[in-house]
Amino acid sequence: MTAASLIEVEDLRIDLDDGARHVAAVEGVSFRIDRGETFGLVGESGCGKSITALALIGLLRRPLSIAAGAIRFEGREIQGLSAAEQRALRGNRIAMIFQEPMTALNPVSPVGRQIAEMFVLHKGKSWREANQLAVEALANVRVPAPERRVKDYPHQLSGGMRQRVMIAIALACDPDLLIADEPTTALDVTVQAEIIELLRNLCAERGTAILMISHDLGLVANVCRRVGVMYAGRIVEERGSDDIFRAGAHPYTQGLVDSLPRLGSRAALGRSRLREIAGVVPAIADFPSGCRFNPRCARATEICRTTVPETTWLGAGGLVRCHHHA
Amino acid sequence: MKLGTSAIIGGMLFALAIFVGLFAPWLAHTDPVMGANLMNAEEPPSWIWWFGTDAQGRDIYSRVVHGARISLTVGIVSQLVNSVIGVTLGLTAAYWGGWWDDFVNGLTNLMLAIPSLIFALAIMAVLGPGLTSLLIALGLTNWSFTCRIARASTLSLKSQGYVQAARVLGYGDLRIMITQLLPNMIGPIIVIGTLGMGGAVLAEASLSFLGLGIRPPYPSWGSMLSEARDQITTAPWLSVFPGLAIFLTVLGLNLLGDGLRDVLDPQSRSRRT
Repeated sequence: MTAASLIEVEDLRIDLDDGARHVAAVEGVSFRIDRGETFGLVGESGCGKSITALALIGLLRRPLSIAAGAIRFEGREIQGLSAAEQRALRGNRIAMIFQEPMTALNPVSPVGRQIAEMFVLHKGKSWREANQLAVEALANVRVPAPERRVKDYPHQLSGGMRQRVMIAIALACDPDLLIADEPTTALDVTVQAEIIELLRNLCAERGTAILMISHDLGLVANVCRRVGVMYAGRIVEERGSDDIFRAGAHPYTQGLVDSLPRLGSRAALGRSRLREIAGVVPAIADFPSGCRFNPRCARATEICRTTVPETTWLGAGGLVRCHHHA
Repeated sequence: MKLGTSAIIGGMLFALAIFVGLFAPWLAHTDPVMGANLMNAEEPPSWIWWFGTDAQGRDIYSRVVHGARISLTVGIVSQLVNSVIGVTLGLTAAYWGGWWDDFVNGLTNLMLAIPSLIFALAIMAVLGPGLTSLLIALGLTNWSFTCRIARASTLSLKSQGYVQAARVLGYGDLRIMITQLLPNMIGPIIVIGTLGMGGAVLAEASLSFLGLGIRPPYPSWGSMLSEARDQITTAPWLSVFPGLAIFLTVLGLNLLGDGLRDVLDPQSRSRRT
């Protein structure tokens, strides 16, 4: 591996151990994100994408823990850092925005103060300077009349405005990596598009790398250059987002692409219904043996039920883990 | 900011008590201790003696005015000490959990199991009467409710998105406690605090009444009540006016506490405007 990678996850395994059960929630997950790059992790609820993100910022809490593998930020292992060093990374070099802008802001503190806090905390600014910078930060995320808005409390803002404030907080210290965990799920569709556009532009301007986590393949493909598809704690396919859309190699990826509603494509494909993937994601405690997708897969054969598929390298740095990939 | 009527009345009562305490030397007619004159003993309230006089001929009005200093000092300072102890213990216990939580919980239960007035009595008995021992005794014995509230609030706030978010943004434990947790629980803490302040004024009165608080001849409302006990039928003004002072101050604090809670919660603030 070259030193150029901003963050590098290698063979990560996250265990869930609550006394009664001891299972691997995430297993064999590897990916790397270079400076300024955009990478997406896609998968259904419970596939392990959010806890992978938590592991990245060193915030896994019991009953979850990193059991094997390594996470390196600029070549340094995150697990090896002291608590203070990890804190200095969080919010400063690695920032994160969340699914719920409704609850991720402190309800009793004006939003300007919450932005300013980042400058005070990580950049050692005085409150006077920090408050000035907070107004600028709000202006950067296209909030109208920022000098008045800084005094508002979160409940006085709409969902879209709150998410803009969250983005302003996350980007306040010019982080190298922004983790966006379902950043638009709680928003209206029209607002979603604005927020995504904003996020993409801001990060492109500053050269901030994005790790976007979502169940929405369309959204991720729109923002990210490369996409990793996760299923039941493993990455089953990782490729450029164009390739994934055009010709997904893993049956699960194909299922995801097929289940996206596409305007005007129905007639062209000669069908009138959206196709869904049969069955549901297995619970962590009873992941099937072999390929974990086998109970839901149309192409499954005997080998799928017994043997975990090896990594097959595709062109242009892509990979797939399937015995019968396209 | 818009205060409710009851909060305004409460605030005014409390402000009046503070004002009287601060300006006691100017408001009093005579010296509360040295102004004895047996010629004027046991005068009922009149234009000259507003609240009447006691058996030594001291002006009750002047003594009530000076008593405000002692009663309010005890009420405010001891409750502040209680709040600081209670919030610190409750917040850290719930935030860190583990053995520290068990320890604080045990200590709180222990404090709740001992009647606080009896505990304060015991401390006073060891330290001896006087203002400082009163502050210590009352400041160390009434934090358990505050602690419980702080702990319960922290437990529920800890899982809130913004507390998690703060951790992700690199806030340290202390900063999370001060900027995220404390402001979100301050409403109930202030309500408990003002109620407790009223309680402390009453506790001072009780201890002084029992002869362990402020000793005569210095006037505190409680010690005045204690001295007036024997003359309650012959000279009721001796107990009525200190009693009224206690009643109005405690009432004011309680009304104020309720009113402040509404104002300190920004969501209810915007609902009203």
